Amino acid sequence: MEKSPLKKIRAVFALFTSGLDQRLGLILLGLAIVGFCTFLSASQATPVSIEDELRNLALSFVVMWIVSRIPPKWLELAAVWIYGFGVALLVAVAVFGLIKKGARRWLNIGVVIQPSEIMKIAMPLMLAWYFQKREGIQKSWDYGVAAVILAIPVFLIARQPDLGTALLVTAAGMYVIILAGLPWKWILPFVGVGFFGIVLIVIFGNTICAPDLAWPFVHDYQKHRICTLLDPSSDPLGKGFHTIQSMIAIGSGGLLGKGWFQGTQAHLEFIPEKHTDFVFAVFSEEFGLVGNLILLALFFALIKRGLAISAGAPNLFTRLLGASVTMIFFTYAFVNIGMVSGLLPVVGVPLPFISYGGTALVTLGFGAGILMSIHRHRRLVQS
Amino acid sequence: MVAFKKPNLDSFQKRIHIATLFVTVCFLLLATRLVWLQVIQHGRYSLLAENNRIALVPAPANRGLLIDRSGIVIGRNYSALTLEVNAEEVKGNVDDLINQLSEVIQISPRDRRNFKRSLEDSRNMGTFPLRSMLNETETARFMANRYRFPGVDIRARSFREYPYNELASHLIGYIGRVSQKDKERMQAEIGDAKSDDPDALQSSFLPGIQYVGKIGLEQKYESVLRGVPGYDQVEITAGGRPVRTLSSSPSIPGKNVVLSVDIKLQYLVEQLYGNFRGAFVAIEPQTGDVLAFVSKPNFNPNDFVEGIDAVTWKELNDSPSKPLYNRPLKGIYPPGSTYKPFMALAALENKKRTPSQTIFDPGYFDFGNHTFRDDKKGGHGTVDMQKSIVESCDTYYYMLARDMGVDMIAKFMKPLGFGQITGIDLEGEARGVLPSTDWKKNTFKKPEQQKWYEGETISLGIGQGYNAFTILQLAHAIANVANNGVVMKPHLVKAIEDPFTRHRELTTPKESYRIDLSPENIAVIKNAMIEVNRSGTSAAAFQGADYVAGGKTGTAQVFSLNSKEYKHGATAEFLRDHALFIAFAPADKPTIVIAMVVENAGFGAQYAAPIARKALDYYIDGKWPKEVPEWKRAP
Repeated sequence: MEKSPLKKIRAVFALFTSGLDQRLGLILLGLAIVGFCTFLSASQATPVSIEDELRNLALSFVVMWIVSRIPPKWLELAAVWIYGFGVALLVAVAVFGLIKKGARRWLNIGVVIQPSEIMKIAMPLMLAWYFQKREGIQKSWDYGVAAVILAIPVFLIARQPDLGTALLVTAAGMYVIILAGLPWKWILPFVGVGFFGIVLIVIFGNTICAPDLAWPFVHDYQKHRICTLLDPSSDPLGKGFHTIQSMIAIGSGGLLGKGWFQGTQAHLEFIPEKHTDFVFAVFSEEFGLVGNLILLALFFALIKRGLAISAGAPNLFTRLLGASVTMIFFTYAFVNIGMVSGLLPVVGVPLPFISYGGTALVTLGFGAGILMSIHRHRRLVQS
Repeated sequence: MVAFKKPNLDSFQKRIHIATLFVTVCFLLLATRLVWLQVIQHGRYSLLAENNRIALVPAPANRGLLIDRSGIVIGRNYSALTLEVNAEEVKGNVDDLINQLSEVIQISPRDRRNFKRSLEDSRNMGTFPLRSMLNETETARFMANRYRFPGVDIRARSFREYPYNELASHLIGYIGRVSQKDKERMQAEIGDAKSDDPDALQSSFLPGIQYVGKIGLEQKYESVLRGVPGYDQVEITAGGRPVRTLSSSPSIPGKNVVLSVDIKLQYLVEQLYGNFRGAFVAIEPQTGDVLAFVSKPNFNPNDFVEGIDAVTWKELNDSPSKPLYNRPLKGIYPPGSTYKPFMALAALENKKRTPSQTIFDPGYFDFGNHTFRDDKKGGHGTVDMQKSIVESCDTYYYMLARDMGVDMIAKFMKPLGFGQITGIDLEGEARGVLPSTDWKKNTFKKPEQQKWYEGETISLGIGQGYNAFTILQLAHAIANVANNGVVMKPHLVKAIEDPFTRHRELTTPKESYRIDLSPENIAVIKNAMIEVNRSGTSAAAFQGADYVAGGKTGTAQVFSLNSKEYKHGATAEFLRDHALFIAFAPADKPTIVIAMVVENAGFGAQYAAPIARKALDYYIDGKWPKEVPEWKRAP
């Protein structure tokens, strides 16, 4: 009995890919390739090795593969427990968490973990579970309950302090609430006030950024970030340095980029966190506008596919979960690119599938796995 | 409480569409931003990236040497390992950095002060030495700790050194770090130069120029000595660490400057002055070569190169003896009796006297209601021209001045160089005052001051009154007479030497002009001055000389004594008279002339003439006086 090596490979390949959504898989493969190529250039002169990145990518794939096999029903059943576990960990962090760089975000349970990361998935799970429970008997006070479910972990994360993650978790929860049918007349005023606020900040940037003026509810370093965004040159060697240098990297990349491994800003250490949060600057500098548009197209395709899967999902829980996970991908990509290109303040948000970092890749793999699972089990669950 | 409709699939689909629209708008916003940065602003950001990436590292040119007429090097460079700090890396916390560095390498408070001042002067651009002359142990220790100090490195740097310290300090001058003012001046000079001249462009690379001549020959010959700094175009990291050299342009070393000065003669005279203040200029009359240019007291130019410390600076500045004052160049003195030979020559040339014509000196001269006294009580009796010079008879010259009038005197003295800029190659020369009716008219404001009074002419004859000249002018004048009226511009530098080929290009000027003087008249004056050294006021000083030298002593009053008797010891030191002396030798064909002043020393014969005698003994006969330590070449 002879098996050709090609057949053997095909068999192994089939084992790994069976049941995965092919279109989503291809898009993710494209992002992973872009991420890996960028990593090779961006990780130069950093302590991380190719093995680390390959291990993270493999780990992410394994997580996705496993999650894709879990029926959404199980997730629905586990949602409350995951959420409760996450909140418990956040409370534990608040009581005896580790303090690094002035923030209490980490917990030592043999390995050091960051529980706020769990909330990025646990939050949409919990809210989707809640709205599924209330399907058909939904009242307007259900949004109040949802708001409380959202507010508890967000409050715990915000006081660590970790405003970036708090905002992301809020966004994840809000996507579920809005998609669950939050009336427009409640949404629009917030959008209006937010828009008005941004316009005011931009117009009165100089006045409110006067050094002696303290802002209510906001830490000094947070005020500093926003003010630096409004005028990076106000602090060219401090916080503004990151934004200025990443904008220089992007701008000098031009239409076609300087070429792979040819970025001067990246390789001469002008870009901070160049293989993690600011990896987009490296990519942009080396692959130019053309590369950027391809990357944006990949992200857009990812989001379109994720929303399409959600739209085709069998019940409210999977629809809400799938759509909000997809929108988390979008938020990551938008906030990260916006921050690196100087549109948004600097917050610690990685570029999905491109930035180096094990935790983020596992979370993203988990999210992708959820989408795969929803797609895979779309008929099995249908009643 | 409003009850909501059961959320159906349609409503969810609608919201998904809205979400898609929202995502599209946000991505279009990002795309717009990226187009803005990468297409519209691409040029600007490319430039910023290049500026980030490329740094020009200056390679200073070796400064030219200063060499005396016999080949002795009196200004040179040495190379030493130096701890250098990149100013941009410091960012304010200088003291923290220095404290940390001093755990590794000893840093004195003076180093610290100098470094901080350099930083301030520089407005935090460029690299600055914190400690120089590092030894091997220190170098090794720093290299082991180097990773702790980004922007700090050890480099071999070239330093200027004046091996004989105080010797000839006023003529050598010194270099110092380029100040903001120097930079602005250089920028202006470059602005004047044609911009398409590549040399001018390269020398416009100012960061390469870290030192500049501040005074003396170092300043005057800056453009020759400096050379052209080169630079390396290097790629640097954000931390300023060079990664690779993209291109380099080598520096062109400065040229050597060969002085006309005989540094041994200079040394001898400076030693002979001891603690006396004064000025001494020796010139070779045929060429205008300045052989010695002494200003006492001196300073040590080495103190200035890396920035002088406050204590030494205060000491130099506050000292009543003014060691920073270049006396032969800037100090103006009444010439006193050393003016008489020139007056006598003026009389002969203007036919106001013949050599044998006599006057009678009763010991005073009345003019109007004022009595001008002769130095000698009872007077010199019958006096002809030679006797008037040998015995330094004042009355003879009071009368002569009256007979000639101020303008005739001025007209004769001007071409000799009195009250004129000699054009010597040093900055800041004083003009002095050659009095004339025009001078007075132009100098004073009030009409009654502008008028010349006849009485003011009288004391001009004996080198007093408004007469005020530099010792350089006096030396120049006697050189012009010794050279029979051929005027050579005095100069301290005679050649520029190529540092590689050793080829010397002479810079000695040609004759400036000739004064029409009759040889017979000149002979009369020379003979009278020879007699001064034989039997006159300086006879004692010149006893036993085996060459013939002409001379004339002089005493210049520092302040009016109101006709009270002047007693040397009784007068406060700074109020005592200045002793002057002029000389030329050998008499038949002079190779050296001297003009000198010993400040507040009293009579010229007693203090000035003996110094001149010893200088001439050395220069003409090679005789070294016993009391002066032998000249030693610097190691």
